Amino acid sequence: MAEDEGLRGILIEQVDRLLTDSGGPDVLRAAERGEWPEALWAEAEALGLPLALAPEAMGGAGLGWEDAVAVWQALGRHGAALPLAQSMVAAALLALAGIEPPAGYVALALPGEPVAWGRRAAHVVAVDEAGQVAFHEAAGIEWRRAADPLSREPADRPTYGASLRTGRLPGGAESAGNAGTLLHAALIAGALEAALDMAVDYANTRKQFGRPIGAFQAVQQQLAVCASEAAAAAVACAAAGRAADRRGLEGAGFEIGSAKVVAGEAAGTGGAIVHQVFAAIGFTDDHPLHLFTRRMWSWRNAAGAERVWARRIGEAALARGGEALWPDLTARGEGRGNA
Amino acid sequence: MPGLRFDLRDTPPEAPALRAELRTFLAEAGKDWPPRVRAYSWMGFDREFSREVGKRGWIGMTWPKAYGGGERTALERYVVLEEMLAVGAPVAAHWIGDRQSGPLLLRLGTEEQRREFLPRICKGELAFAIGLSEPDSGSDLASLRTKAERAPGGWRINGRKVWTTNAHRCDFMIALLRTSPPPDPKGKHQGLSQFLVDLRASGIAIRPILDLAGEEGFNEITFDDVFVPDSLLVGKEGEGWKQATAELAFERAGPERYLSSLPLLTAALDDLRDEPAAPEVVGRLLARAGTLRQMSLAVAGMLQDGITPEREAALVKDAGNDYEQALPERLRDLMDPARTPPEVQEMLADVTMVARSYSLRGGTREILRGIIARQLGLR
Repeated sequence: MAEDEGLRGILIEQVDRLLTDSGGPDVLRAAERGEWPEALWAEAEALGLPLALAPEAMGGAGLGWEDAVAVWQALGRHGAALPLAQSMVAAALLALAGIEPPAGYVALALPGEPVAWGRRAAHVVAVDEAGQVAFHEAAGIEWRRAADPLSREPADRPTYGASLRTGRLPGGAESAGNAGTLLHAALIAGALEAALDMAVDYANTRKQFGRPIGAFQAVQQQLAVCASEAAAAAVACAAAGRAADRRGLEGAGFEIGSAKVVAGEAAGTGGAIVHQVFAAIGFTDDHPLHLFTRRMWSWRNAAGAERVWARRIGEAALARGGEALWPDLTARGEGRGNA
Repeated sequence: MPGLRFDLRDTPPEAPALRAELRTFLAEAGKDWPPRVRAYSWMGFDREFSREVGKRGWIGMTWPKAYGGGERTALERYVVLEEMLAVGAPVAAHWIGDRQSGPLLLRLGTEEQRREFLPRICKGELAFAIGLSEPDSGSDLASLRTKAERAPGGWRINGRKVWTTNAHRCDFMIALLRTSPPPDPKGKHQGLSQFLVDLRASGIAIRPILDLAGEEGFNEITFDDVFVPDSLLVGKEGEGWKQATAELAFERAGPERYLSSLPLLTAALDDLRDEPAAPEVVGRLLARAGTLRQMSLAVAGMLQDGITPEREAALVKDAGNDYEQALPERLRDLMDPARTPPEVQEMLADVTMVARSYSLRGGTREILRGIIARQLGLR
């Protein structure tokens, strides 16, 4: 474990440094205009980040899901200008299906979901409802634009030609869907943390009535709620990553779905609070706040909105009944060496 | 987030066996608990139940064996707590002693105090109340005025405490009292001390106060020249504020801060199967419950490591209170009175009333959010 934590720390530092040095609001704005962050991607690739979740035998770092969650949160803190999280999952799924992931941007195509930066991909990993993985070369794919109107992040919907190879996911389609859900939950948790930090800084500097607005209890109480939501989102994501490490992606549906519900709710509640604190300046195009809030609101809808996951969790609990409710909640991840 | 840490913690390896034991015990002990008992959960007072819990070694679990404890881990104790709370067990007769008074005596009590009180707490024979609030001192606790003045061989107490839960049923109170006047208005945190007060001592009058649900839950206590010997001062004279606030981390950290209304969800679930809106509502509630549990476990883990997670505890309590208050409202939206069994309706009514106390007891929502805001760096 200590070694894993070491690797996690290194990767988080790399992502932080990379996006602090070469990211920022200008890169996020350029992405919204459809400009592929070439330099950023090249640097990420030079660091080996896209392959981090693939096993070492396939050129990766053998990173676990809880570690990946921490890396995605770091990415979210910077607004995730590049589709690194998606590419990491695509490589992991390829490896699970027994196909060695290639270099370059490998896009992730989940059933029914638009593909982030699809037309910029060198390869595409397409998962179907039956858990079949098709590995495509970009050349054979036709794309229709499907950028999200809220985040304005470029995305496309594919029409495929013949695939290069196919494979089968041992955990079925559910494992791929769950990975997509987990990555978006973690991005939200990171973006909300960044928005909270911005709002706290602003509240400490912006003065009205002769003192910083953060000195007013009305503002303090709101930001406390935002902090609480951000903490809940982060904990839910970490717990989901840990569950996926122990029981496989397909065995961690409750935790991953919970993370998406909690992070999604946090994006709604927390996003409203940070905008209220920034007031008019935060409503301008010029201010970077919306680069984070629009993204996290958009990510709520990706790979199953709160409603979808809540219903799944609720249906399972109702089928099991009241007697099983508490025993089920405590049994997950307990015993058998917490496996 | 600046300085707030919630590292994931596993439940201990002993957890599955411990749970099995508790569930068997609680199924038997609780077979006749009416909805009101479960709705009052950890405010419910039942000496017989507490003695049974004590017999099984589930009080003072982490304390040294020399004082009657079990020398088990804080996370094992956590498992016992959450099992009790999940079914709304009436734990109040041993709970305060186990959670607060005992740990305080272990940390700061004299050897004599430990030997006198801890073994009886462990047996479930000694019930404690916490004497903090006064008629004019609520959230502004340090403004309290009930005095302890020097007398030959001890102290004389005069004044009043109020909202003290179950004091009329308890044996002892740990009271925070003023032992010297504040040096100036800003120094009100100085000159406070903690005492063990025998609630049957002469000069004490306890008047139960009916709560909005018609239960005698809390009290007003009048101290009229009540004598307390020197041997019952806890810790250092004048250090009471620091001692009492450190204790609050224990008071705020536990699973009781998000589980108070969970027994209602368990009771209501089976009758919601045909309600089309139920899955989404239940799913959202469970997603939050699982997350709050992880946050609460993280705080318990820090306590186990000897860290006092005062701010994390405040955050979990605040988030947990929001949750346990929202739960009855969400379920009410789903319940058709014509199809809901009377005992579930009764429990909904009780929880709806009792829920108002969740964000008041142990630190109001506003005080907790102030603590979180300061942690964020807002002044």
